[in-house]
Amino acid sequence: MNINTTKIISLLFFIFSAFYLYTAYQIQVFAFDENAPFNARTFPIYLGYTGLFFSGLKLILPDPDTIKVEHKNLEYKKTGILILIAIIYGATILKIGYFLTTSLFLFASYYFLGERRWFLMFLLSFPFVAAFMYLLHGVLDIYLRDPFLKMIGVMG
Amino acid sequence: MIEGILIGLSTALTFQNIFMVMIGCFFGTIIGMLPGLGPMTAIALMIPITYGFDPATGLILMAGVYYGAVFGGSTSSILLNAPGVPGTVATSFDGYPMAQQGKAGKALAIAAWSSFAGGTLSAIYLLFLAPSLSKVSLSFRSPDYFALMILGLTAIAAFSSKGQFLKAMMMVVLGLMLASVGQDSLSDITRFTFNNMNLTDGISFVLVVMATFAMSEALTIILKRNDPTAAAKQVSLTELGSIKINKEERGKMYKTIPRSSVIGFLIGVLPGAGATIASFLAYGMERNLVKDDEKEKFGKGSVNGLSAPETANNAACSGSFVPMLTLGIPGSGTTAVMLGALLGFGIQPGPRLYMTNPEIFWSVIMSMYIGMVILLILNLPLIPYIARILAVPKNYLIPLILFFSITGIYVMSFNNFDIYLMIGIAVVATFLRLYDFPMPPLILAFVLGGLMEENLRRSLLLSNGSWEFLWDRTLTVCILITTILIVLWHIYKTFTKRKS
Repeated sequence: MNINTTKIISLLFFIFSAFYLYTAYQIQVFAFDENAPFNARTFPIYLGYTGLFFSGLKLILPDPDTIKVEHKNLEYKKTGILILIAIIYGATILKIGYFLTTSLFLFASYYFLGERRWFLMFLLSFPFVAAFMYLLHGVLDIYLRDPFLKMIGVMG
Repeated sequence: MIEGILIGLSTALTFQNIFMVMIGCFFGTIIGMLPGLGPMTAIALMIPITYGFDPATGLILMAGVYYGAVFGGSTSSILLNAPGVPGTVATSFDGYPMAQQGKAGKALAIAAWSSFAGGTLSAIYLLFLAPSLSKVSLSFRSPDYFALMILGLTAIAAFSSKGQFLKAMMMVVLGLMLASVGQDSLSDITRFTFNNMNLTDGISFVLVVMATFAMSEALTIILKRNDPTAAAKQVSLTELGSIKINKEERGKMYKTIPRSSVIGFLIGVLPGAGATIASFLAYGMERNLVKDDEKEKFGKGSVNGLSAPETANNAACSGSFVPMLTLGIPGSGTTAVMLGALLGFGIQPGPRLYMTNPEIFWSVIMSMYIGMVILLILNLPLIPYIARILAVPKNYLIPLILFFSITGIYVMSFNNFDIYLMIGIAVVATFLRLYDFPMPPLILAFVLGGLMEENLRRSLLLSNGSWEFLWDRTLTVCILITTILIVLWHIYKTFTKRKS
C-alpha cells in the first residue's frame, strides 16, 4: 500500500470516527428510553460506523490520483501570523470592544501582508469600521458590545 | 380565480406597494450581501416596520426583502466565496471559479437573469398550481423526507470529480457529525459537548459555512501566494469582464432554467425542505443531465452549474409560499418568520385564505412577479460597481474577508469561543482543501443533519424500530430507487473512464 498524505488523513479520520463512536456509546439516555427504537445515541452510532466504513475503504483501496503538494511554495509563516492575529482579535473583542479591536486587527493584517500605504491602511481600518459599526448599530439596530467606546463616552 | 388575480393586480400595482417592493429589494440585497445576515434576519428586522402598514403591503415589503436578500447572498457567494445563507452555497461552486477567471461581471449577470427567470416561472406555477399542490405536499411523510435527504446527500456524487467519491462521502459523514453536536432535539440530552456550555446549542450554520468557505478560502489564497501553479490558475481577480451573455451561454441557460425552476418550485412547496435542498438537487441534476464535456467544467466555472442553483433557489422561495399561504405550514425558516408576522396582523393562513382574504393571497403572488422585475432592473446596472469588490488588492481583500466572517459570528453570539471554533474549523478545512477534500458535501450534510435525524426518528418510532418503512410506501421506494440509480450510474461512469 502506497502511503501518502491522503491516506494519513483517512487514517486520522478513521481514528476520529472510532473516538466519535466510543463517545456516542457513552451518551447518557433516560432509563425509559434505553430500549426505545430510537434514542439520543442511535443516529450518532450509525454515523460512527459509517465514518469507519468510508475512511476504512479509502485506506484500503488504491489511490490512482495522488495529490502532491509542494510545501516549499506555501506561505506558512504569513498564514500562521494571520491566524495568530485572528486569535488575539477573538480574545480581546469582548473585553476591549468591537471598534478598537476590529480596527487594530485590520491594520495589523494589512501590515503583515506587506502593505505599507499608511493612509490607505488607516482609512480601511478605523473610519471603515466606524462606518460599518454605524450601519449595524445605528441603522440596523444590531447591538455591538463596546466597553472602550462606552468608557470614552461615545456609545451609550 | 380571474377575479382574484385582478384583485391581486390592483392591490400590487398601487404606487405604495410598488415602492415597498423596490425598498424591500434594495435593502434585502444590501443585507443579504453581509455575511451572517440572511433573509431571515432581514425579514425579522422589517417586522416592526411592516406593522405600520396594512397586511397586504406589509407582506409585499417582506417578500421584496426576501428576494433581495437571496440575490444579495448570491453576490457575496460569487465574489467572495462567502455564502451567508444556506440557499446560496451551491451558487459559489461555479460562480466563484468564474469570478476568479476574470468573469465576475458575467457570473453576476447569469445569476441575476437565472434568479429572474426562476422567480418568474415559479410565480406562474404558483398562480395556477398553489391550491392543488398544497394537497400533494401534505402527502409527504417522514420516510419520504428521510429518503429525500438520502437523495440530497447522493448529490455529492455530482460534486465529486473523478476519484473523489470516497473523500466526498467522508466529508458528508463529518458534516453530519458536526450537526450532531449539542442538545438532542427531542430529549434535550447533550451530545459531544464535553461539558462545554458553549456547545449546548450546537454549532451554528453560519459559523461552519464561514469557516469552510470564506475563511479557509482567504487562508488558502495567502498560503498559495507564491505557488506558481495556483497563480497560473487565477488569471486575474481584478478583471471584471463583460456582463454580456453570449449566444452559446444563453443556449445553455435556456435548457437549464426550465428544469431547475420546476425542481426548485416543487422542493420549495414541501414543508421544511426549502431553497437549500432545492439548489443542491438542481445542481446535482444538472450535472447528470449535461453532456460529458460540459460535466468536466462543473466546479470550474460552468454556466449550467451557476444557472441551475440560482434558478432553483429563487423558484423555491416562491414555492415555499404555497404551504405557508394555503396550509399555514412554513416551507422554510424565512417563511416561518413571515408566518409569525402574518399571525401578528391577525390573519390565519389556511386553505380558505384565498377565499376570505383574496387581496392578500393574490397581491402577494402578483407582487412576487413585480419584485422579480424590479430586482433585475435594480441589480443589472449595478453589477459593474458591485463586481469592483474584486478589484480590491489581496492585501486588503483577505483581511476584509476575515473581518466579515468574524463579525458575522460575533454579532450572532457575542462569544469568544465561537470565534476560536471558527478559526479551528477554518484551519482544518484549509488543510483538507490542500488535499482536494471537497467542502460542499460537508455543508450539505451539516444542513440536512438535524432534519435527517428527526425524520429517521419518526420513521423508526412509527414502524416500531423496523426498517420496513423504507419499502412500505411507493413514494419512498421511488426516491430510494432514484438514489441507487444515481450511485450506480456514477460507479459505471468511473469504471468506463478508467478503462478508456
